[in-house]
Amino acid sequence: MEQVLSGIKVLDLTRYIAGPYCTKMLADYGAEVIKIEKPGDGDPGRRLSPFFKDDPHPEKSGLFMYLNTNKKSITLNLKENSGKTIFMQLLKDADIVVENFSPRVMTSLGLDYRTLEKINPRLVMTSISNFGQVGPYRDFKATEIVLDGMGGWSTIIGHPDREPLKPGGYQSQFVAGLFGAIATATGYYGAVLSSVGQHIDLSIMDAVLFIQMNLTAIYSYDNIIRKRYGNRVGPFPSGILPCRDGYIGAITVTAEKWPILCDWMGMPELVNDPRFETATARAQNIDALDAIMISWLIEHDRDELFREAQKRGLPFAIPANAPMILESRHLRERGYFTDVEHPITGKIKYPGAQIKFGDKPYRLNRTPFLGEHNEEIYCKVLGLKKDDLVRMRETGVI
Amino acid sequence: MPDLPLKGVRIIDLSMWFAGPMCTRLLGDMGAEVIKVESLRHIDPWRGEVDQEKAKQMYPTRIPNTRPYDCSPGFNLQNRNKYGITLDLKTGEGIEIIKDLVKISDVLVENYSPRVMPRLGLDYPVLNKINPQIIMMSLPALGSTGPDKDYLAFGQTIDCMSGMAFRTGYIGEEPMLQSGLSYGDPLSGMNAAFAVVSALINRRRTNEGIHVDLSQVEGLISFNSDSILDFTMNGRIRERIGNRDLSMAPHGCYRCKGEDQWVTIAIPDDITWEKFITTLGTPAWSREERFGTVINRFGNQDELDKLIENWTLAREPYEIMYLLQQVGIPAGPVLDAKQLIDEPHLNARGFFEITKHPVAGSHPEIGAFALFSKTPIHIRMPAPCLGEHNEFVFGQILGMSADGIEELENRGIIGKVPSPRQQGSM
Repeated sequence: MEQVLSGIKVLDLTRYIAGPYCTKMLADYGAEVIKIEKPGDGDPGRRLSPFFKDDPHPEKSGLFMYLNTNKKSITLNLKENSGKTIFMQLLKDADIVVENFSPRVMTSLGLDYRTLEKINPRLVMTSISNFGQVGPYRDFKATEIVLDGMGGWSTIIGHPDREPLKPGGYQSQFVAGLFGAIATATGYYGAVLSSVGQHIDLSIMDAVLFIQMNLTAIYSYDNIIRKRYGNRVGPFPSGILPCRDGYIGAITVTAEKWPILCDWMGMPELVNDPRFETATARAQNIDALDAIMISWLIEHDRDELFREAQKRGLPFAIPANAPMILESRHLRERGYFTDVEHPITGKIKYPGAQIKFGDKPYRLNRTPFLGEHNEEIYCKVLGLKKDDLVRMRETGVI
Repeated sequence: MPDLPLKGVRIIDLSMWFAGPMCTRLLGDMGAEVIKVESLRHIDPWRGEVDQEKAKQMYPTRIPNTRPYDCSPGFNLQNRNKYGITLDLKTGEGIEIIKDLVKISDVLVENYSPRVMPRLGLDYPVLNKINPQIIMMSLPALGSTGPDKDYLAFGQTIDCMSGMAFRTGYIGEEPMLQSGLSYGDPLSGMNAAFAVVSALINRRRTNEGIHVDLSQVEGLISFNSDSILDFTMNGRIRERIGNRDLSMAPHGCYRCKGEDQWVTIAIPDDITWEKFITTLGTPAWSREERFGTVINRFGNQDELDKLIENWTLAREPYEIMYLLQQVGIPAGPVLDAKQLIDEPHLNARGFFEITKHPVAGSHPEIGAFALFSKTPIHIRMPAPCLGEHNEFVFGQILGMSADGIEELENRGIIGKVPSPRQQGSM
């Protein structure tokens, strides 16, 4: 049975995280994605941890495996003329090209959008880069932490008197990858209607700022420069606080939850306590309020707090780690985690489909080995002979 | 110049707060005709305080006016490029009007808990009967099925449940919320926007409508996949590592000259390390054996960070960025709201657009999430005032008479002024 994006053909030149997540979204929901890797080393994302059994081998990166499900891998040296010729042949039949090299690379390879557009006018090409294809920082170098800081994310995480924090993991790159998928799919939808493709320039720095919760709007409207509040969010109280057996996200969000919380804590008198009467007062006296709440929370276990809060309509949550998430009964019953069989790892659980399209099927085909689909694509699709492949291998083209 | 890619796609938007509106904001930006539905009894809580006097105390710097609910920075940012109508969905007429809209729309977006749409008599089988090509996009916090499907959850709840909070924080200290960002929300809006466009692509090929169900929590867990796979592959729990990295050292956020000014620096390899210490003037400590290799730098990061901070403290973040970027070292300032609005690179890209709102005035607003070469995204119209497009939608789109619209207004089913006693959340 077909999936929503079945029939769409993607040439994937991406590496590391942002680009591969973009094409993973397309591949997981049905597009045919041909991942073009550099002969020899392949996608440098193959060097990202975690590694299966901690063995840093290019076919054992767990993050790489997650990011490249449902794709086909071929190797191709785009610096060689014969490699370019093959790329152009593949391009004729492709709908989409996604790349996340630094901005000058595609042009230096002679594969800029203007060139590709001439061969395939319906082509949608998405370029994801740290700072975009244009602008004074286009050639700047960045890693995750630099993008977290420049996109306005770190400025709100951490304690006010200490260093700003990056969000855990590779969030800016994942966010950009998902934006890439939105832009690419939409560009494709438009291209089918108009028969005119286009080039999409996605900057990770832009993407990070785009998701921030009204950061710059609040400054413009209210002259407030939002900084780090510590482990709290407004309207107060809401934060991660200690309880008897760990931590609990004691989250209330809306002001009408405050009396419910007072009642639950057995302290109804707090509702009329002038220190805590209004959201503004609670914000001003948050240290006193936290102290009161902690003295109560510390008497209770997190599971008990989590379940009882919900009965009372309070959106508490336990800050879960990986095993707690994997053991969640809710996620298990929804079949969220998906088993992927791989010759090296055996059967392993991966995060699965966050989107369910009616009763359309969803599967995770394992990530390909480097160049695994050379023969399929070069011989069956392009009609090259096995001898050609041998020669191409000898000359380093594949 | 071709039309915006989603021109001609009509979307009924029943969503409020952050996640759903982020979805329709993206779709509206790319050309869809979004009709945002609020009710006078339940306006979008992101409109903020309704009462004029209270609003004056809460937001003293905003333009004083009689409609504070049209002046919310968050609401106005998330809801640009949308039409706004009011409609009481607790009345039979309200439901009938929604059904009339469903007949002539392509997509309906809702982010209620899974109980609400069936209770309103607007679940997918009903919508599908009215319009077999309708795409219904539901984005409940935990999905539409499963034992916890009715769990009440906000962005921070999802931050916790997805493992994001667990891995964010200072080394050895408590898990941290991202205090100014309800991360689950924008991310779910993005996933939903991708889902809607994918469903539109599918519909063009198959002519079929579809119900799309997105779990906000699951969407965020996939961004935590490295930590899930470290556990499923190696049984290891990825703990909080602050600003450190698993393979780079030094790697951190360093205090600079000025008040609360910070710079991030990441040194990925030995070549970059050599460039870095040369830029610092090769101080004696930089040649010590304890910093000689990546492994040694890794093991001595506390001392190394202090020595680096001695250097950054004498300089401003931008100055450091330019010094280091000149020689190809990843470094950049931690920017706050004001610095971002003034940021030369963002402005060179045209990231902010001055938007004139009839009540809230002119503000630099975040524009396009990406630069489309042939169909550039712009803010075509500011966020709607409450009920601003009632006449346009009920009259021109649905063809109701002026008398009919007036009658709905007299009966309080539609209108432009919210019912009293609502508590805003922003």
